[in-house]
Amino acid sequence: MDWLTPLIFAPIVGSIIIALVPSKQTETIKGVSLIVSIITFILSLFVYAQFDKLGSGMQLSVNVPWVTSLGIHYHLGIDGISLLLIVLTTILTILCVLSSWRSVTHGVKGYFISMMLLTGGMLGVFCALDLFLFYIFWEVMLIPMYFLIGIWGGPKRVYAAIKFVLFTMFGSLLMLVAILYLYFQYHTYAGEYTFDILKLMQLPLPITPQHWLFAAFALAFAIKVPLWPLHTWLPDAHVQAPTAGSVILAGVLLKMGTYGFIRIAMPMFPDATMTFMPYISVLAIIAIIYGALVSMVQKDIKSLVAFSSVSHMGFVMLGLFALNQEAMQGAVIQMINHGISTGALFLLVGMIYERRHTRMIAEFGGLAKVMPVFSAFFMIVMLSSIGLPFTNGFVGEFLILLGTFKANMVYGIFAASGVILAACYMLWMYQRVVFGKVTNPENEKLKDINWRERIILIPLVVLIFFIGIYPSPLFERTEPAVRQVIAHIEKTRQAKMDLQRVDDNTLALREEDANTAPTADNGGEE
Amino acid sequence: MVDYVSTVNPDFSLIAPELVLLIAASIIMVFIPWRKMATFAPAIALLGVVVAFAYAIGQWGHQSSGFAGMVTCDNFGVIFKWIFLTATGLSILLIGQYMKSRGIDRPEYFVLLTISALGMMAMANTTDLVVMFIGLEVMSVPLYVMAAFNRRSLESNEAGIKYFLMGAFATAFLLMGIAFIYGAAGTTNLRQVVTDFNYIAAGRGMYLYAGVALIMIGFGFKVGAVPFHSWIPDVYHGAPTPVTAFFSVAPKAAAVAVLLRIFLYGFADITMVSHSFWVLAVLTMTVGNVLALRQNNVKRMLAYSSIAHAGYILVALTVGTDAAISAAIFYVIAYTFFNLGAFAIVALLETRMGAESEFEELAGLSKSAPYLALLLAVFMFALSGFPPTVGFFGKFYIFRAAIESNFVSLAVIGVLNSFVSVYYYLRVVKTCYFDEAEKPQKAVFVPATVGLALVVTTVATLGFGLFPQQLLQFTKQAIFAFL
Repeated sequence: MDWLTPLIFAPIVGSIIIALVPSKQTETIKGVSLIVSIITFILSLFVYAQFDKLGSGMQLSVNVPWVTSLGIHYHLGIDGISLLLIVLTTILTILCVLSSWRSVTHGVKGYFISMMLLTGGMLGVFCALDLFLFYIFWEVMLIPMYFLIGIWGGPKRVYAAIKFVLFTMFGSLLMLVAILYLYFQYHTYAGEYTFDILKLMQLPLPITPQHWLFAAFALAFAIKVPLWPLHTWLPDAHVQAPTAGSVILAGVLLKMGTYGFIRIAMPMFPDATMTFMPYISVLAIIAIIYGALVSMVQKDIKSLVAFSSVSHMGFVMLGLFALNQEAMQGAVIQMINHGISTGALFLLVGMIYERRHTRMIAEFGGLAKVMPVFSAFFMIVMLSSIGLPFTNGFVGEFLILLGTFKANMVYGIFAASGVILAACYMLWMYQRVVFGKVTNPENEKLKDINWRERIILIPLVVLIFFIGIYPSPLFERTEPAVRQVIAHIEKTRQAKMDLQRVDDNTLALREEDANTAPTADNGGEE
Repeated sequence: MVDYVSTVNPDFSLIAPELVLLIAASIIMVFIPWRKMATFAPAIALLGVVVAFAYAIGQWGHQSSGFAGMVTCDNFGVIFKWIFLTATGLSILLIGQYMKSRGIDRPEYFVLLTISALGMMAMANTTDLVVMFIGLEVMSVPLYVMAAFNRRSLESNEAGIKYFLMGAFATAFLLMGIAFIYGAAGTTNLRQVVTDFNYIAAGRGMYLYAGVALIMIGFGFKVGAVPFHSWIPDVYHGAPTPVTAFFSVAPKAAAVAVLLRIFLYGFADITMVSHSFWVLAVLTMTVGNVLALRQNNVKRMLAYSSIAHAGYILVALTVGTDAAISAAIFYVIAYTFFNLGAFAIVALLETRMGAESEFEELAGLSKSAPYLALLLAVFMFALSGFPPTVGFFGKFYIFRAAIESNFVSLAVIGVLNSFVSVYYYLRVVKTCYFDEAEKPQKAVFVPATVGLALVVTTVATLGFGLFPQQLLQFTKQAIFAFL
């Protein structure tokens, strides 16, 4: 049975239902959104249950022709990597709906419609196995996010919203050209027009076009990750977005960039991946250190968390491009971890912002006394973000560093320094906000977090410890997927090298008797 | 070669839609003195359009020519008939209260509109340059009057005069071009030119090429290609908004039809044609988009955006393959719907007192008229080429054709332009949704006809975006008949 279509379209249908509710009945709208997000979550659990952890390749596939004359298919399917991201998305969506319960006061209907459309788009991206479909979902998501930042955001929301759309659009349009180029290359190779990711992966490409195509895809994905120096939209978008927007942005949207690398850019262009590996690794290391250093000097907690995202996503990129099993699997786990920890951090920041309407670190101090429960949650989440053992952050970062050291010692040393810096900025921030005396009289009467807010945080904290102590369910599911990506890259490269050797031999042979057999030499082009 | 038999027995079924429009226009014209005609004229015109459309549907799939080879009826021409009739019908619907609010609700307008549509249909359904020219004039002369239809407004008068002067200027180029081609080939029928092409090119190539260049300039004016675009912003801005809506789609579609027919059927063997279109396409896209960035009036912005969209269509002309022709037709259809939709809303908002379509007037529209704001946003996303609208698919299809024929650099320039355009289209959305109105806005009254036009355009914009298969099939079959 097709489980993925209902999963993707549940939130989209939900948004239509919300649209039919009169806009005055805000409580009904919130209720419907919550129900829809819970249904989506349950569907994702069904998908999780249906997923065969031992099976390799794409599971739960659906493949229906959509625009037949152009070879566009509605092709869905998931492997372990997409599975985890799907579940992460649906969990965060519920939490976001809950967290917006009080904080969204105007345009409630539009807000929840955007939220649901966004969820549908994100799930679509993680399920799509047709490049055209992937592109559609990738682009469609921009629109609700644009509205979420632009309407419900902070004071500089308009600037942040437009910057977000323009940055992403720039990358994705060039990706569109690359997709089309690939599509015609495959047609020359196999005589079939298709956007099927799995088929396109089999296309052997000469090195130069591979570089260009990789560059186009990598640009689109790197903007989304965001990789230094393409990260400048991120702090603006994060700081201006409403809490739920930041959570989704950090928790899921950024993952689409890294997901794009592992699903499309790396397996499709293995040679280019090898060529670009050092450059991207260096950029990732710069992102790790730069993000951490900039976080350290932030006065606003939310922008601190935003810059810490740059640093953490740098770890993910570094892990992916170490190209070995440990680091890549660590990177995938770290994608999930970052979604959980940073999502939780943004939620926590949102909670104190609702109370004090400021996020300046200097305004706070001594919150441990007035808000003990909040402080406890904050500490757990913060430690998981640093990567303390027994929290999820440790598992991911440790594996990434292990794999990176294996691949390149120098990278490993630099990246490890990022972990230390992370501890510095996080702990220092925590100290200034939570410990000490209550210096600001406005903080004296702050209420601790209520049951709704606790319900939001508890699942995340449970996940933090669960993944930190017993990560094997995640590993079991991502292992075959990651192995397959690496194997595919190796195999294609190996085949290419063999072909090259054969070509060289034939070339040598031809040179020997060049006078007798003057044939056209297209060997290198094919 | 001339088919004398059909001259004796003219086959009127070939021009049935044209005749229907002529009859509708005549009925309105005869009864103009009758006072109530102002209310009946739109209905009669609309009925004419619908009946003509029904006849035009019947013409699909037949390939024939008649009137001594002067009229050609092929799928290519027929699909353009549909486009013109759809644009005309929607333009009648979207007028609503606009003309009344300006005190210019006169029945003559509908005569002009239908006659102009008749001219377009004649242009698209012939291979003879002289008939094309006559069709062009039949189309253009009513347009000049329509531009100046708000005769008490200085700007409208300016638009009319400007359009007329530029149009006359362009016509001169065109006529000179046709004369050169006649001089070189001894015929004005493209079919003959195609048959004897090598012979003509070898003997009197210079004259032929000069003629082709002049024709390209003439239609460059009509389609609004840079550097022949300077009239567009003022004319689009000055003319009454429903007229501008019609201008931005129908005459442009007609010019595209003729460009496709002349250059991809008639002179497809001249390599310089593709090079020239390359330059025109890049200039048109870039200049249109860059200048649109700086506009503070929505109508003017849409005028520049229409230049940019002509540029995307010119990309298809540069490529020139069957896939590109099909993509160009698809794009024209897509553009017709979403651009008319956008203009319908702009016209509606202008029925409020003192509205001039400045950007500030849109502020807070999401509060005062949430549905209109939403539809406007949909059309803006379509114009900027976001999925899942048909605007995305149209662009996708054009760039697909370009990359298929190895015009990768052109496709890259195209998508970068499309990137630039996102900024100014989103500015409309931003103003509607993110900005607060300075003073409370009046509610907007939406007449039923305008509502219908909006429903049709929205359904087409989203429907063809999600399910383009059917429309693609039609555009693929809309190839030239080689009779």
